[in-house]
Amino acid sequence: MPAHDVMPNMDLYQPVQVEDALAIADRLAERGWLVGGGQDTYGWLKDRAKSADALIDLSGIESLRGIRETANGIEIGALTTLTEVAESEIIHNSYSLLSQAAAVVASPQIRNIGTLGGNVSQDVRCWYYRRGLSCYRAGGNLCYADTPQGMNREHALFEQSRCVAAGASDTAPALVALDATMVIQNLDGTRTVSAEDFFVGPANDIESTTVLRPGDILTAVRIPNTWANATFYWEKVADRNVWDFSLVNVAAAFKVSGGTIQDSRIVAGAVQTTPRRLTNVEAAVRGQAKNAQTGESVKALAAEGARTLAHNGFKVPLLQNLVKRAISA
Amino acid sequence: MNPKLTRRRFIKGVIFSGAAATTGAGMYLANAQSGQGAAERLITLNINGRSRPVDVMPTETLAYTLRYKLDLTGTKIGCNRGECGACTVLIDGVANYACSVLTHNVKDKAVISIEGIKATDGTLHAVQQAFIDENSPQCGFCTPGQIMSAVALLNSNPTPTREQVRAGLSGNLCRCGAYEHYINGVLRASGQLA
Repeated sequence: MPAHDVMPNMDLYQPVQVEDALAIADRLAERGWLVGGGQDTYGWLKDRAKSADALIDLSGIESLRGIRETANGIEIGALTTLTEVAESEIIHNSYSLLSQAAAVVASPQIRNIGTLGGNVSQDVRCWYYRRGLSCYRAGGNLCYADTPQGMNREHALFEQSRCVAAGASDTAPALVALDATMVIQNLDGTRTVSAEDFFVGPANDIESTTVLRPGDILTAVRIPNTWANATFYWEKVADRNVWDFSLVNVAAAFKVSGGTIQDSRIVAGAVQTTPRRLTNVEAAVRGQAKNAQTGESVKALAAEGARTLAHNGFKVPLLQNLVKRAISA
Repeated sequence: MNPKLTRRRFIKGVIFSGAAATTGAGMYLANAQSGQGAAERLITLNINGRSRPVDVMPTETLAYTLRYKLDLTGTKIGCNRGECGACTVLIDGVANYACSVLTHNVKDKAVISIEGIKATDGTLHAVQQAFIDENSPQCGFCTPGQIMSAVALLNSNPTPTREQVRAGLSGNLCRCGAYEHYINGVLRASGQLA
């Protein structure tokens, strides 16, 4: 692959009002590329693996930044940086699951500029796709990863549909576990989508990982107080402590009373394109004691339905043990 | 260099890019009139406390502008993908990868590069001096980035623990593996190593 120092020349729009950004995004549609912190974008452009006519830089829109308390929870502007999310006292005090997830994304410098909106909207990590090969996700008609020779150690266990790429976001599973809502604007107005429905697998749309369409801008993430101060568990397993994407991560929230689990959200990341809510495990632990014994007895459920590829079989016990730890802790 | 690139094609390429540069201003005007909010190319940056007017392409990175337009070559480009940290600079006091920030994003911000951290009389920054005293660098290529991350860390946390230093410098790779020496250097700069 040729290495390029520079990005191709494109138009650059730097609106400072969300209304202007919506108008530009609508006018340019698929010819425009929305940029928050740009940490996913610039690699695509430098590699010439994707292109657009113009960048729409959202980073100057102050109204899309910051963390606000609302009547029934909090609202986080989509352009709030991951460092701000990780260090926010409001989030740390009541929704520390998200603080923990945001604190281990990539590296300090990337968290200093990478945004929450960008982290959940980032594209999947598959080197064949990112190299610019014409795979299913890139509009072609084959998958290079799911072949006997394919390097698919990091790829998906579930919900494979032609594409076997795994989602890369660490904050996405945490937001699904917290029952978050995504606020999306376009010229027609504002709509909200639950975090669970925001992420889209390849069976439903192979070219996009989210419900965002040209002209849409993710403006905020709302977290209801449903799971405020619940018992949280977050763990990310990656080859390296910094920069690396999760091999598997788990984000869990438990409501515990007298040692018994009343209700829970257990969500695994990097095992399919979207965050995977383990509803069978959630159902199995309801009414059970929150301890290692329960964890051991239900952990097999976590990998029910997994289809391993040539090199990612290790993700099955990894997922099972992370779920066990979440319940044991 | 690409072996297919003959000398003649190389020279033609240089002539062509020179022509493109001279007509750049005209192209920019056409772009700017095409819609609201399109970026101006002639901007003034605040680099190391000085105002630096510069002509910046829309998708140019800060590392590119610093090195190739402002001759501030202390900022190194290692991977150019935000994966090594050699290009770390401070933007409004926050450590960022200059290779992964558009120059147009820092128009209204104060940028400090490695050239800007010594005192006006030439005295080295405490981190620079401590890195010399601890023999922290080996080959030195990652050192400017390590220094900038260390400066950002000490500005927000003047007496970090060893673990905090490790976390603070975790976004900077050192292929020589001199991490422990860099950490010693930061601890020395913070007055915690005699």
